[in-house]
This record gives sequence, structure tokens and C-alpha cells, in this order.
Amino acid sequence: MSGRRVVITGVGVVAPGGIGRKAFWDLLSSGRTATRPISLFDAGGFRSRIAAECDFDPLLEGLSFPEARRMDRAAQMAVVAARESVADSGLSPDGLPPERVTVSVGSAVGCTMALEQEYVVLSDGGRRWLVDHTYGVPHLYGYMVPSTIATEVAWTVGAEGPVALISTGCTSGLDAVAHAVEVIREGGADVALAGATDAPISPITVACFDAIKATSANNDEPGTASRPFDLHRDGFVLGEGAAMFVLEEYEHARRRGAEVYAEVAGFANRSNAFHMTGLKPDGREMSAAIDAALRQAGRAPGDVDHINAHGSGTRQNDRHETAAFKRSLGRHAYEVPISSIKSMVGHSLGAIGSIEIAACALALRHQVVPPTANLHHADPECDLDYTPRVAREARLRTVLSVGSGFGGFQSAMVLTGGPS
Amino acid sequence: MITGLGVMAPTGRTVAAHWSAVLAGRSALTTISQFDASGYPVRVAGTVPGFEPRSHVPGRVVPQTDRWTHLGLAAAAQALDDAALDPATVPEYEMGVTTASSSGGTEFGQREIEALWRDGPSHVGAYQSIAWFYAATTGQISIRHGLRGPCGVLVTEQAGGLDAIGQARRLIRSGLRAVVTGGTDASLCPYGVVAQLSSGRLSTATDPSRAYAPFDAYAAGHVPGEGGGMLIVEEAQAAAERGAAHRYGAVAGYAATFDPPPGSTRPPALGRAIRGALADAGLAPDQVGAVFADAAAVPELDRQEAEAIAEIFGPYGVPVTAPKTMTGRLYAGGASLDLVTALMALREGVVPPTSGVRCPVDELRLDLVRDSPRQVALEHVLVVGRGYGGFNAAVVLSR
Repeated sequence: MSGRRVVITGVGVVAPGGIGRKAFWDLLSSGRTATRPISLFDAGGFRSRIAAECDFDPLLEGLSFPEARRMDRAAQMAVVAARESVADSGLSPDGLPPERVTVSVGSAVGCTMALEQEYVVLSDGGRRWLVDHTYGVPHLYGYMVPSTIATEVAWTVGAEGPVALISTGCTSGLDAVAHAVEVIREGGADVALAGATDAPISPITVACFDAIKATSANNDEPGTASRPFDLHRDGFVLGEGAAMFVLEEYEHARRRGAEVYAEVAGFANRSNAFHMTGLKPDGREMSAAIDAALRQAGRAPGDVDHINAHGSGTRQNDRHETAAFKRSLGRHAYEVPISSIKSMVGHSLGAIGSIEIAACALALRHQVVPPTANLHHADPECDLDYTPRVAREARLRTVLSVGSGFGGFQSAMVLTGGPS
Repeated sequence: MITGLGVMAPTGRTVAAHWSAVLAGRSALTTISQFDASGYPVRVAGTVPGFEPRSHVPGRVVPQTDRWTHLGLAAAAQALDDAALDPATVPEYEMGVTTASSSGGTEFGQREIEALWRDGPSHVGAYQSIAWFYAATTGQISIRHGLRGPCGVLVTEQAGGLDAIGQARRLIRSGLRAVVTGGTDASLCPYGVVAQLSSGRLSTATDPSRAYAPFDAYAAGHVPGEGGGMLIVEEAQAAAERGAAHRYGAVAGYAATFDPPPGSTRPPALGRAIRGALADAGLAPDQVGAVFADAAAVPELDRQEAEAIAEIFGPYGVPVTAPKTMTGRLYAGGASLDLVTALMALREGVVPPTSGVRCPVDELRLDLVRDSPRQVALEHVLVVGRGYGGFNAAVVLSR
């Protein structure tokens, strides 16, 4: 089955700033930001009180009442994004052999929002270690095992091929799409629903990032708090959302005349085996992932027209990946427009890798590089072209997207496309 | 080629101890004693007795990680040791880690959420961010052993260990020399047990010797357990060249499928996973010497599994066993431990028994190996795993 190529033919997005891929692209191309004071719970008493939230109501987005009730917010967002991607692809689920459809969903923290909410009920606000089972909702086990998110996505189209949830922390969104691409390439399916979701804006997750001061505490300026590559950055702004894709084997897409966003041409992941949260400044392992992804795509470093950076806005990360880009692309690193959309939609942990793939697919379609918002005074050690504040038209054929996460995981994906 | 095994299970903290327990049909299920479970309708569980994290995990890492990761680190170190494979001798990006995870650091998470809600946000510790999430074990194994290749985590509940080894094989085929794979779980804290109760699949029986009885007329759910297994999958030629001491078996076939949505008129997809794994291995059903069943002990799920086995292998057509009746279901660790047990069975030519079954359901037409082991010449064995929510996976292991 070697030689099978995989293309993106449908995109669905639930992101801060608006539901759906059109609202998402409007936000990115205008350089607006969707970061704001946390409204999902009372964040008084927390160090970081800002986030990039989605104005998301599952019932308004077409979920039935029972569906909304049994699913955690992360699953709801994944299902809504999945339905949009299927509609966008023009595929009719009825015409697909179920066993030839695979599903791969990434998520870093799964259904932790519902797990925490239910815990508060069962433990009487943390007062009972021996929690009271008589108040347990029937969906509780489904929250404990996040594979149920993949189950819900599979049910949206009745997929009966391989189904999995991929949970590699903040690289989950890249790794989950890559996993589906592998399954299609090796012949295990012709169509995939792949992407990622996370809904981490809940007290426990906000508190755990408070504890390690990873998030921005710039509570007075929520709209401009996410400042990747800027000298005045002080951590990432937590986000939420989902992006799902219809992936198809190339011939399958071509035969039905599908409109293609991009080909997933290359992927690789490496690990730094160094520290669960720390990064060495040399960017060595991320660079190794980039090199391998370009090799798989059959592209040279000089072919890269745009990089979607991980650009979380932590002091360490932005220098780490700047070093990685220089290491892999050499002089060309200084010429490539780079952007961090986390400046606008925050860092939605496992989801963001897929949300950024959606940004890359839309960038290829519109031939526009989204900007890095809030970048006014670049860190002298971050001396590349990060497309500050304003989107830019550019000739895009080969786009690189990278992710870096807890555990030391580094992932890189190469997407190709644009007008032929 | 699988060249190293590690076990941290209710049945033992070494492969040898586990293997001798399951061969003897010695169940490790006991009444829950970690906490006062008398108020809960579940009393029996499989716990890893005498597991002292500080004897297995670097002291600094112990407070940074959940028990699930302690067990995973311990089993991974054991497996690497068994393989006598020093990761430093492998080219730097050619060895990775792919584990199954099911519910992450459950007990660690419960403690931190408790601290948050009882005492306030500033009481959440610095390690919650790296202990609770599902990738913690993979990350810690990578860091401890200096494994810089691709790392992954699959979550498909009890099918996870099979999907993880399927992914490990994919990585080997893509050019890696070796992958640490497997899974563990440890969710026997109050919130973990209560969450499992809500699945409606837990046995509420109080007698450990009968509490987990799959394919039995009195099957009424499973017993939860903790622990699991880790395996070293190595590129076959590289293993031969370095003279690997153990060659337990090869991952000859793998397939995964998913069940149709509730209310669908389409049949369950388990049989297709089994056929897929056999086809992938290039084998006919009659070449398989034994089946390690998923054994849900939920009557409808048992019936689906028995029908799939009888349809493919014929009624009473192949010895079927479920040594997990002696450990309880270990979720992310369950199928990984089954792989270890199945590899030992292949090597020793003996199928370990299922315990706890006294009234097998005749209509299921299964040749269930019960109570005592059975000597069989084994060239190939099949391991089946099913995960809550519709996941099916099957792996064929060959000598």
C-alpha cells in the first residue's frame, strides 16, 4: 500500500472568537484576539484569571439534549467540529463503507472538566475522600476514560474502522492527525475523521498551571496577554476548542472530485528525554523532527514557505523553537514568515495542534499568512520574521507546523497545496 | 520481535511470579483494603501486593508521579533489563515509547482536586500538571531511559495494550530499532472505583473466588484491578545481530475495528478484528493454538465474543482462556499483561487456565481452559481486547 497519499478535504473548527471555520479564519486574518477574563467559572483567587474561551452552546450548535448531557465539553466540541468537517467535505456518510472509515482524536486532558464537576458533587466540595457513589451520574466512567470522545466522533458517521484517542499532551493535535494518515497510508482505511479537542478552562487545570507559573498572569490586559516572541511575554494563555478534518486517500478524493485543502505530506516526532516541562535552548530534537518530516515530504528546507510555530509565549519555548528553525532551515529561517496563532486563540493544549493544522489548511487555500498578534518588541533572541500583528499575502505551497509539549515531545508536520 | 518482558500485576511483580501464579490458577483477587470500601457495592479487586515505589522508581520521581506511572516505570525497567538492551547503544532517535493509558493518574488527581476544593487554588501542587495527564508514563519512561525517538499514547480502554503494540510494530516498520510498549493502570482510589461503578460493568459479588466469572451462567460483571505489563519490541534483524537473549515471539498480525453505534442493525465488529489480525499474519484459523479472550463477564458482551470465536474457529474449535480472571481487568494494563502471558504460553507450550468459572454457558460453545493448565503445542496465539465504548483489537503472536 506504499505510495498512498492523504489529503484534507474537509475542515471543521470550534475556536475562541467564533464557531466554524469561517469565523476562525476571519479572526486570524484580521489579527484580532479572543483572550479575555475567564467567565466559565469564578477565577477570583487564581493567579491567572484569563483565557481564550469559546462562546459555545452545544444545543445551538445542533447537539440534542441527551447528547449534550452525556458528553463533556471537549467531546461536544469535537462532535460539532466533526460534523462541520463532514459537511464541508461533501461526503455523504451513507455512501461510505463503515469499515473503511477510521477515527483518530487527540486530547491532552480529556473530560477533566466534567470529572472535576462531578467530583465536587460526590465529595461535597472536597470534604469526603470516600466520595458518595449514590450521586454518581451514569456518564461518569465515560468522563474517566477519554476514549469516549473518540467514540462520540465515530458515532457521528458510524465509523467501524480503527478508532483511537491519542493523548500525547500538547502535541496530541498533530500526532492524532498523523496517526490517521498512517492508517490510511498502510491501507487500513480510505477516509478518516481526525483532529483534536480540549476544554481545559476549569479550576483544576487553571490551578495546576498556576502552580508552575506556566500561564500568563497579565490579568489587567487580557486582550493582549498572549505575546509569543515578544520581550514582554510572561507565559501562555489557556484556550479551548476543537478542529476536525476529513482526510482521504488521494485517489478516493480525486475520483469524487473533492476540493482539496492540502496534502499531509510529511510528519515526524522526536522526544528530548530531558525533562517533563523543561526545554534545552538548542532545539535539537524539534529540529530533528522537522528534518525528518521534510524528508518524508520530499521537500528541502528552502521549500518551506510558512511556519506555524508552537509559539506558546513562555520564555523557554519561543527561544527553543527559534533555535530549532535555524538549525533545520539555516539562512532560510530568516526569510520564512512564521506565525503563532496562540497570540489570538490561546493555547488549547491537545487541541491546538489540530486547530493550527486548520489554520495552515486555510492559509494554503487563501494564500495568506496569519499574523502573530501583540508582537511589538521582539525578544532579541527571537530574531526571525514572526509576521507581527498584520496578516500577509504570500505564495504558499509548502507549510510547516510544529508542536512541543510536556513529556519532552516534539512534532512536526508538512502540508503541501495551494493553486497548482 | 519481542525481546523483553516486564510485569507489575496482582499476580506478581516479576514475569516469573506472575507466570507461576496463573499456571497454578492462583487468583490474586482480594477484598479491597486500600480504603474503606464497605459503603460501596463493589468489594473485590486485584491489587499489586507489596509494591513499594521507592524500590523501583528514582526517589525524586516518586512524588512527581501517580501510582499508575510508578507501576509503568517499574515494569518498563524490568522489560529493558530482561531484554539486556542498553538504550545508549541504539542510535539516538531510533528507540521510542508507545504506551496505552486509560484514566491517567486517578488517585493523584483526586488528591489535588480535593486540595483545590477544600483548601483553595494555591494548595494544588506543582506536579499535578505532569502527573495526572495521560502521557505521564510515556514521558517518564522516555526521560528515565533516554529514549529520543517517537513517543505515543493510545487510549482505547481495555483494547489499549493491543493498539499500542500495533503502533510499536508500525514504528519498527518505519525504521525504529526498538520500542518500549505496554500499559498499566491504577484506579483503585475511591473516586476511581466510583467512576468505574457507573459503567454498570463492575461485579458486586463479595466472594473473590467467584466475583469475576466470564462465560459463566452467573457472570455479573468484572473485578477491577491495577498493574499491567511492558514489552520491548525490537527490529528482528537488529535483535538477532546483537544476540538478544530472549526472542519470545513476533507480532505477526494486528487489526482494530469499532462497533456500530447503539441502535444500529449492523453486527458487532469484533469478528472482523480477529479475521483482520489473522489475515495480516497470513494464517488460517486452524493454525492458532489458543485464544486469550477479552472476557468481559457481562453476558451480552460474552455472547458477542463467544459468537465471534465460534464463528471463526468453529464451535469448541480452539482452546480459549482468560487468565485476567486472576488479576481483574486492568484497563490500559489488561491487554498488555495478556500479551506477556500469551508470550510465556507460546514459549512454554502450555495454556494457563481461567479461574472462577464453575457454570460455563453451554450455548457459547467455547472450549474454555478452566482451573488447570493445558499442554498444547503452540506456534501462534491470538489475544483479543475490547474497550468500553466500542473498541475491538486483536493481535496474533507467533513463535
